[in-house]
Amino acid sequence: MKVRHYLLRRVVSLLPVIFGVSLITFGLMGLVPGDPAEILASYGKETEPTAEEVEAVREQLGLDLPLPVRYARWLGRVVRGDLGRSLCSGEPVWREITVRLPATLELTAGGMVVGLLIALPVGILAAVKRDSILDQLSRALALLGASVPSFWLGMVLILLFAVRLGWLPAMGRGGLRHFILPSCALGLGASAILMRLIRASLLEVLEQDYIRTARAKGLRERATVLRHALKPSLLPVVTVLGLQFGNLLGGAVIIETIFAWPGLGMFIIESILARDFPVIQGFALFMSLVFVATNFAVDVAYRWLDPRIQYGT
Amino acid sequence: MPMEQTYPLIRPRHRARSQPYRDWIRRLAAITSGLHYLRRAPAGFLGALLLATFAVAAIAAPLIAPYDPLAIDVKNGLAAPSWTHPLGTDHLGRDVLSRLLFGARASLGAAGAVVLIVTVIGVTVGMVAGFCGGWVDEIIMRLVDTVLAFPSIILALVVAGLLGPGLRNVMLGLTIVRWAGCARVVRSLILSLREREFILAARCVGASNWRIMTRHLLPNVLGPVVVLTTLDLGNVILSISGLSFIGLGVQLPHPEWGAMLNYGRPYIQTAPLLMVFPGLAIALAVLSANLLGDALRDLLDPRYRRYLS
Repeated sequence: MKVRHYLLRRVVSLLPVIFGVSLITFGLMGLVPGDPAEILASYGKETEPTAEEVEAVREQLGLDLPLPVRYARWLGRVVRGDLGRSLCSGEPVWREITVRLPATLELTAGGMVVGLLIALPVGILAAVKRDSILDQLSRALALLGASVPSFWLGMVLILLFAVRLGWLPAMGRGGLRHFILPSCALGLGASAILMRLIRASLLEVLEQDYIRTARAKGLRERATVLRHALKPSLLPVVTVLGLQFGNLLGGAVIIETIFAWPGLGMFIIESILARDFPVIQGFALFMSLVFVATNFAVDVAYRWLDPRIQYGT
Repeated sequence: MPMEQTYPLIRPRHRARSQPYRDWIRRLAAITSGLHYLRRAPAGFLGALLLATFAVAAIAAPLIAPYDPLAIDVKNGLAAPSWTHPLGTDHLGRDVLSRLLFGARASLGAAGAVVLIVTVIGVTVGMVAGFCGGWVDEIIMRLVDTVLAFPSIILALVVAGLLGPGLRNVMLGLTIVRWAGCARVVRSLILSLREREFILAARCVGASNWRIMTRHLLPNVLGPVVVLTTLDLGNVILSISGLSFIGLGVQLPHPEWGAMLNYGRPYIQTAPLLMVFPGLAIALAVLSANLLGDALRDLLDPRYRRYLS
């Protein structure tokens, strides 16, 4: 009952954000230089469109209506899953995006997994062996991870493991082997923030009284850290995961071009260069909704993981 | 006068005004002691030194670059580093060192400008929201929440994509996205500062809202804001080079680090150095900004640190 109450509250609190997102996405089209009706009428044609053609497009799309009416109409269509059609392919934008979204999400998840795989052991070791050489090394690694651009790291990885050593494929999407290089290129940057966070959070927990109790009753250090300290120390990490997901999503979009990964990133860059505006708009909407949904899920998971937090106000 | 001794809090205004130079001496002392602190934090000092070097190199690029960055010499294409071309040449025979130096102007200059504008907007909006409260705060924060509901680089990419490729549009896109984070931090700082006693004291002597904001609140948010800005600089350099890398930023034939990486891609087998140097330049610039930012954060009053995470 309480949980359901809380979930309902959270969903309701999302509404203004989603409303704002829809306003911004709709407003984005105002950035396009020039008259949209003229652009649409002349799209893909050799000759200049006639005034009648432009007017026909304007009327057909309702571009002559006042702004609030246009927004309401647009919102009505979007709610029904109609994001318009791509100017290039003529396919519905919704389909164009949903076909490619899994590949991008897969890459994002891969980056997250690699990030955690690096950050967890390094962060734990750095906390346990505080101020040792290991700790210093982890600090350097974190600094490096935050500074090296992921798209460059991707190119360096291709040069090393695909071109020079020939161990892994450089291009395309396929089995696990195709997955390794792009995930690593993405994951290192994410691991930088995560490992510092895990270290700081674990250090804080290790100073708690119940850890002293665990040690006092003769528990081995290993069990103390892994069994008693680790779990509560990961709670703050969970909250950051949502934010990291957004960064990784953006990183994935950029990195896809390097690895010829057939996801949204390559598609959106093609669309931008082709000035396919409905696709760009749909992309912005989709990405922010995915991001909002992830943060929502993380938030709910956090409450679920930490029973100390009350579901009430 | 006995009156003054009874109410030490209330001082005639003209006194502070009659000695403006003391204020400057104090500020100068603060700045130099700041430098002293930086020397005690060698990593931060190194970062500052590197950043300054990059800045000087960018500004002095026309003087120190050995070649014209746009001069094409196809016969000499993809040359390895040598005495004539210290970092080699690209596929059109253009000198890589000269292009890196001129590229610093685009990459770092644009990043610096974005960070500056973002800070000004963010501080102004955040202060207004935090100080005014009420519906003003409500509206501003809803807007901030909405902007932050987009993954930042994706919104910047979309804005730049709709406006059309070009460095100016990439800068605009990043500015539209990034002010929100700064505004949120400044607002929460103001909210806690607003309740402090020195603000009450300022009100008691009849200071106007404007004066409280500019003379009492602003100096107190400046420290955290400088740290935030420095840390942001690295991210903005990464974003600009990333967007240029995918072809949205600086256009051909002008040099920019991310764009240089992009054009080096086809030669990854034949001339791998072509993609090594611009990447190193980006990484080093970001690294020095992060080093400086981390050091500044450690120097910052611990009370403010929690606002920056």
